[in-house]
Amino acid sequence: MTAEPLDVELVGTNPGDPLPRLPGHVSHGRFERVLRAGHFAVTSEIAPPDSADPKEIMRRAEMFDGAVDAVNATDGSGANCHLSSVGMCAIMTRNGISPIAQISCRDRNRIAIQGDVLGIAAMGVGNVLCLSGDDVSVGDHPEAKPVFDLDSVSLIAAIRTMRDESKFLSGRKIDIPPSLFIGSTINPFAPPINNRVDQLTKKINAGAEFIQTQYCFDISMLKSFMKRAVDMGLTEQAFMLIGTGTLPSAATARWLRTHIPGVHIPDEIIKRLESAEKPKLEGRKICIEMMQQLKEVEGVKGVHLMAYRQEKHVRSIVQKSGVLGGRKPWRSERFNLTRKKPNPKKLSSKSGKKT
Amino acid sequence: MYRVRLWAVRRSRFMESLYNTFNPAILLVLRATHKIFGKSLDRPITALEAGLKGFLFDCQMCGDCILSSTGMSCPMNCPKTMRNGPCGGVRENGNCEVKPDMRCVWVAAWDGASRMKNGDGIKDVQLTLDYNQKGTSTWIKLANKGKQGS
Repeated sequence: MTAEPLDVELVGTNPGDPLPRLPGHVSHGRFERVLRAGHFAVTSEIAPPDSADPKEIMRRAEMFDGAVDAVNATDGSGANCHLSSVGMCAIMTRNGISPIAQISCRDRNRIAIQGDVLGIAAMGVGNVLCLSGDDVSVGDHPEAKPVFDLDSVSLIAAIRTMRDESKFLSGRKIDIPPSLFIGSTINPFAPPINNRVDQLTKKINAGAEFIQTQYCFDISMLKSFMKRAVDMGLTEQAFMLIGTGTLPSAATARWLRTHIPGVHIPDEIIKRLESAEKPKLEGRKICIEMMQQLKEVEGVKGVHLMAYRQEKHVRSIVQKSGVLGGRKPWRSERFNLTRKKPNPKKLSSKSGKKT
Repeated sequence: MYRVRLWAVRRSRFMESLYNTFNPAILLVLRATHKIFGKSLDRPITALEAGLKGFLFDCQMCGDCILSSTGMSCPMNCPKTMRNGPCGGVRENGNCEVKPDMRCVWVAAWDGASRMKNGDGIKDVQLTLDYNQKGTSTWIKLANKGKQGS
C-alpha cells in the first residue's frame, strides 16, 4: 500500500472491459485497485429479482452506480431461489459493471463451482466472495438436497489453486487462469467469539484477500475483534470491510435477531428505533453513524452496506456519512446509455472533482 | 450418540492421550493382520472402527478422519459438513443454526482443541474431501501408509 493514495477513478474506462493489471495485483478489477491504493472503500449488494427481466437488474444496479466501489451479486441468499449470481454477473458486466460474484457452497459441487469461476472471470468479473451459504432449511425450498461439497475455506483454497497454479482441483491444467480478487466473510458476533479471529486466520491462510463481515451494530464488540486481528497482523494480509445496514423498524430488527442466525443487534439500537417517530429514517441515521464509527476503527479498510429494500437511499447514506472523504466512486460510461435521462453535466462535474 | 459425543469433546485431552497411547499398537496389529490374512479382514475391521467411533463421536465414516485436528468433535456431524468451521450462523447459545437443539459441532471443536496438547491442528486448512473414501476405514489406510494422524 502506498502512503499517497492514487486517484483510481482516473484509470481505465470501463470495469466490464478488463483494465491493465497492475504489478502486485491479482485481478484486472477496479475494486482491488481502490483497496490497494489505500482508499476507504464502500461496497453494497444487489438483491437479485425473481424475474427473467434483465432491465430489472440494471434498474437496481443503477442505484449503486457511482455511489459505491463494488456491488455484490448475491447467490441465493438466505437459501431462497432468485435469479442466479452468474446471471447477474453476465448482465452487469455486459453493461460495464464488474460486480463481486458471490459463490455459495450450498447448491453446487466442485465441478459446477470451478466451471462458474472460469465463467465469471471470462465475463470480466474481477472479484469473488466465497461463502459456505445458509442451509436449505432456512429458505423457500427446505426440501432441497443440500450439496456442501466444499466449505468456504476449501473453496477459497480451490480458487487460489485455479488462479495461482493454473489447475483444477483434479490437477488438470487451465490454459488461462481466472484473475480474481478472492474474498470471504466472517461473523465476529457469533460464537465461538474468541475463535472467530482464528477462523479469519484460516481464511487468510487459504487465500482470502478481502473480507466482508456480517451486520455490525455493536461497535465495542467489533473493536475487540479488530484489536486482536490487528495484533495478529491479519489486517495487513486481508482488507477488512465491515458490514452494516439499514434497519427499517424495531419489529424487523427483532425479527432479524431471532430468526436470522448470526445477526446480533444490541437492545440500545432496538430502543432507538422504537422511540423514533420515523423509524426508517432513524435506521438510516444509525447506519450513517455506524459507518462513521467504523471508519475510525484501526484496521478497517471499508464498509459493506446491506440496505435491503432501501437500495435507493444508498447513495445519500454514503454521501451523508462522508466516509469516502470527497472521493467519488467510478461511474460506468456505458451504463449511462441505459439511463432514461442523459446527464450532460456529468462529465464536467466529474472532471471538476478530480483534484 | 449425542451425549457420548459431547462427553468425548469435554474429555478431548484424555481422548487424545488414549489415542496416542494405543494408536501405535493398533496400527502394528492391523499391519500384522494384513500380512497374515490379506484384505479378508478389512470388512470386520471397518465395521469395528465404525462401531467404536460411531459410539464415541457419532463418526460418519467419511474415510479421512481428522478428529485429532478438530478437538475430537467430528465435523461430518455439521449439517453443512464443514471441515473448516464454524459458519457464521451459530446461535448466541452456541447451538447450530440448522438444528437448534444441537451444540454447534465447531463450537465444540474449538473448545475441545483448547484442552488438547496438540490442539493446534485445528488451525490447519482442510482441503477438499475425497467422497470416494466414504465408508472406508481410516485405520486400515493409516496402517498401510504407516503415517501418523487420527
